[in-house]
This record gives sequence, C-alpha cells and structure tokens, in this order.
Amino acid sequence: MIDRRNLLGAVAGVVALAAGVTAATAQTPPLKVGFVYVGPIGDHGWSYQHHQGLLAVKKEFGDKVETTYVENVPEGPDAERVIDQLASQGHKLIITTSFGFMNPTVKVAAKYPDVKFEHMTGFKQADNLATANIRFYVGRYIAGILAAKASKTGMIGYIGSFPIPEVVMGINATYLGAKSVNPNIKMKIIWVSTWFDPGKESDAAKALADQGVDIIMQHTDSPAPVKFAEERKIFAVGQASDMKSFGPNAILTSIIDDWNGYYISRVKAVLGSTWKTGDTWGGLNTGMLAMGAYGPGVSADAKALADAAKDKISKGELHPFTGPLKKQDGTEFLKAGEKIADKDLAGMNYYVEGIEGALPK
Amino acid sequence: MPSDLIAGIVAGLLVAATPLILAALGELVVEKSGVLNLGVEGMMVIGAYAGFAAKVGTGSYGLAFTTAILAGAAMGLLFGVLTQQLLSNQVASGLALTLFGLGLSALFGAKSTGLTAGAFPRLDALGLPGRFASGTDVIMLATLALVFAVAYFLERTRAGLVLRAVGENHDAAHAIGYPVVAVRMAALAFGGGMAGLGGAYLSLVQTPFWVERMTAGRGWIALALVVFAAWQPFRVLAGALLFGGITILQLHSQGFGLKIDAQILSMLPYLATIAVLIVMSRQGRVGSSSRRLRAPQSLGKVFTGTA
Repeated sequence: MIDRRNLLGAVAGVVALAAGVTAATAQTPPLKVGFVYVGPIGDHGWSYQHHQGLLAVKKEFGDKVETTYVENVPEGPDAERVIDQLASQGHKLIITTSFGFMNPTVKVAAKYPDVKFEHMTGFKQADNLATANIRFYVGRYIAGILAAKASKTGMIGYIGSFPIPEVVMGINATYLGAKSVNPNIKMKIIWVSTWFDPGKESDAAKALADQGVDIIMQHTDSPAPVKFAEERKIFAVGQASDMKSFGPNAILTSIIDDWNGYYISRVKAVLGSTWKTGDTWGGLNTGMLAMGAYGPGVSADAKALADAAKDKISKGELHPFTGPLKKQDGTEFLKAGEKIADKDLAGMNYYVEGIEGALPK
Repeated sequence: MPSDLIAGIVAGLLVAATPLILAALGELVVEKSGVLNLGVEGMMVIGAYAGFAAKVGTGSYGLAFTTAILAGAAMGLLFGVLTQQLLSNQVASGLALTLFGLGLSALFGAKSTGLTAGAFPRLDALGLPGRFASGTDVIMLATLALVFAVAYFLERTRAGLVLRAVGENHDAAHAIGYPVVAVRMAALAFGGGMAGLGGAYLSLVQTPFWVERMTAGRGWIALALVVFAAWQPFRVLAGALLFGGITILQLHSQGFGLKIDAQILSMLPYLATIAVLIVMSRQGRVGSSSRRLRAPQSLGKVFTGTA
C-alpha cells in the first residue's frame, strides 16, 4: 500500500535519483546549439547548405554538442518566438540563417546576455551577437563572366527574391562581371517576392526566356529555374548548392555556400570559452565560397577568363567593385581605383549604372 | 508584341492556373456537399510527391497521375473518416490534414529531392506548331473540360442535385432517405483526388521536380478561389485565370521594365476575394432576393444523422 508518507518518501527518492543523474552528467554537459532555417532543409539550396553545416558540427564534436534545428521559420514575429524558445530551452549558441531574422535575433540576444548568437548575412552585431556572410558577389561576378560569354542574345535574366543589399549586390556584381567581357550586355530582372516557391520561380524563368534571355540566374532557393533552363535548352547558374543534377547541360557553374568550417570554428570557440563577437566575410580564399564545376556550355575562352578572375580575386588583386563606378542615376560612388568598403556593400541599395529598370523599394 | 511572346504569356498563364483550377474545383464539390475541408494544401502536396515518386519508380505518366489522384483521394477519405464518422471539428481537422500532408510528404520525399522525372510532353509533341503548343499540355486541356463536366454534374444531373441537397440541408436530405455521409465521402474522395492531381501537375509538369513544401500555399489560394467564385465552377475558372494571369503578367511587366509595383499586383487577387466576400455577405442576408451568391447552408456543420 502506498500511503501518504510512503509516497512522499518515494517522491524524495526519485528527486534524489534525478539529482544524482544530473550531477553525474553535469561533468560534461553537451553544448546545446540551435539552428533556425528560413526554408525546408530539403530545398536543395540555401537552407540545405546550412543544414550541412549542422551535420558537420555534429560529426566534428560528437557527444560534446547537442544540436536542434527549426526549419520553415517565417521572417517576422514568428522568428522571434522561435529564437526565444531555443534560448529559454538552454541553447547556448543559436545560429539564425536568414537576413530577415536580423531584428528578431537582435531582440532576443539582448534578453539573453549569456547565450551566444550568430546571425547569417545581417549587419547588426552585439556583445553576444556575431554576424557572418559569404562574398556571394564574388561568385556572381565570375558567373556574370561565364553568362556573358555563353549568351547569344546578349541578355541575362535574373530572378530576385527581395530587394535587400545581399541580393542587390549580387545583381550588380553579375552585371559588372558580364560587362567586363561584353560591354553591350543587358539584364532583365524579375522580383518574385519569395525565397522559395518552385512554381513561381519556374514561371519567372519562363517569362524571362519568352522575353529573349538565354541565361537564367537566380537569387531564390529552389532549383526550379535551373530545371526550366534545362528543358528550354538555355543556360543557368546554380544558387547556394551545386545544382548540376537539375540541369547537367544547362548549368554553367553553381555558386556554392560552405558554412561547415565557420560553424565548426564558432562551436569550438564557445566550447573553449574564446568566443568573441565579430563580423566575418568568407570568400574564395577561406573556402566558404566555392564554384561548382563548369558545365558543358562553358567555352575554353570563357573558362580562361573566369579562372583568371577567380585567381586574381583570391589573391586580392581584383575586387568586383572597383572604381570608377556610378550608380544607376549617374552619381559616382567609387572614384577611380577605389575599392568598396564592406560596410557600404552590406548596405547597398542601388543598381550600378547600365542596369535598366527601377529597384523596388 | 511579337505573337510568340503573346502565345508564351497565354501558355504561361494557363500553366499557372491549372493546379489552382484542379484543386479549387475539387474543393467546390466538397463544399457543395456541405463539408469544409481546409486540408487542400496537404492533399496537394501529397499528390505532388506521390505522382513524382510513381513517375520515378515506374516511368509511366499514366500511373503517376493515377497514383497522385488516389493518394489525394485517400487523404480526402481520411478527412471524411475524421469528420463524418468520428464527427470531429472540420476546421481543426482540415488544418491538421494540411500539416500532416506537409510533414508526411517531406518525410517520404527527403530521398527524392534532386531526382528528375524528365520533361512532360507538350502539345508540340503531337505535331502542333508554335510557342503556344510548346507551352500547353493534355492535362491542362482535360482540366478545362473538367470545369464543364463539374458544372454539368452539379446543375444538370440527379446525382448533382442530391449532392447539393445534402449540402444545403443535411437533415432534410437525410429525412427523405439520401445517404448524407456516403455522398459526402464520395465528394471528399473527388476533392482529394483533384487536389492530388493539381499537386502532381506542379511536380511533374510545371517545375518538374520534387522538393518538400513545393505547393507553397496554392492550396490556400484554391480555397479562397472557391469563395471568390461563389461556389460556381465557371467562376472558379475565371478566378484561377485571373490569378494566374496577374501572376504571369506581373512577371512579364517586370521583365519589360514597366513601373508597376510587383507587390501591389501580387495583392490584387486577394483584394478581389475580400471584395467578393463583402458583396456576398450583403447579398446573403435574410430577406435578400439573391440566393445565387450564397454558401451552402450546411457548410461546415456536423451531421449526426439523428435529426
């Protein structure tokens, strides 16, 4: 029979046992690391690559870490709730992986000073909030060279998601790269107001092709535009991950994000208590940016030009944004020989001269 | 404008509208029978995956579309068991069905991401010339025919009359001996099948590949279209063409550099839906002479079969 006294004893025993268990594991509590993704991990693009980073962290640190991820988190108030929840559940390192998570991350970081936050591609830091970005624009500059060389119509189509600096600088870099090999190159830009909607991305690619472009570039996360280009027998550039399998003939190259090394180094820093805030921009030389193998549509000539640019950029001899450069309205923003500062890139909200059409606000 | 471009725009518009027409037509029949199934998105995405997997597995488009229809219908019947047999709340069950569909398809579909199913033959494969033929396909034509078939069924056949009777007043229909639950289960199977086919159109014709959540809200648009159409098949067609048309035209207008805000154009179909809702709520009031724009009277109500 269990009477009240026995019950109390039993409860006390369980509590003691639980405390014992906690004490036993307290010697090596795993570091809880939380990831927040904007899309599904199966998007085969942006979120997929971040998830590869999570897997790399798990592989590197094994029992020393415990990882959690939340996918398909909308950019808005919901993001704040998700990030807050991760922090309150005891995650000591929280990695938020979309530009639109910037303000929610800043807010939650202020609430939990002993939790470390990493925000990808934003520009607001705090003592416990670091940011990181990849110099995607370098990849786009090189892709622009390949695109201009492969285009017969002299028109590059570009599918944009939202007019934020990360996307705008990519469009500008593409144009500058393309113009460096074909001064008459034209770009058609379509904004689809989404990061991930394969049907709409495909419709946009079709609209561009119907209007005469023969190269499709994208800053959205699904492989739909590459797949469309393969069907229409035109060319495309893969975004975020290697999209070769979706368009073996169409693909010129892919701009591949590699977050693995960065995430491993940040987890290591937290484990070793050496974590510091900062703003990291990885590129070709740090391995955070990689270019996919050139596709069959890339000529030997184009290959040589692209490789030369890649080499010069890796060595720091060439910067895609080197003056003299003018904005679309004709005002000069870089004097001859001047290279753009990272903070100006991070806030870029204008097209360079030569791109047609208005940038949506 | 060159005729090739116009043909391309019209074909693009039809491609964008086809999955919406299919899903909305299915939901229209379901709602006409008095059931509100908010799980369209879930049924669509299951169809998108099932169709794609069947195509990759068997290589046959016939089998692929059949599988998608059956998978969608199974989802519709699952909803039927929950709401018609177990009498659970339709709104909650519908939302659950959407979440279930998204999750289940992502679970099974994880391994299929990155596979390709080949290109669906367009009408130019039949020897028809031009950009229009190269952008249109048999599923699209069948979908247009289906609008007429559903309208005929609802307005001109006895079975359609019974279905509408069940949707207008299930107690009265029950009292004169119509099998309310059986009619609704059949409607749900049809609705699920059409949503599944719409999803498969997306994964086999429009994009064509599989990624999780690829329906990206089209199920919800289909639901809005049914209301927008005031439960009439031809208005569903008009609404879907309007929606698809606005989507495609705003993409093209950007390509041409026209200064119209993409965001405002994207909003238009939703604004139109709200406007229709306002008009309907005024016309649907007691004493109003117009009964045409009214929702089925038993829509969403629980039928216990004891009245």
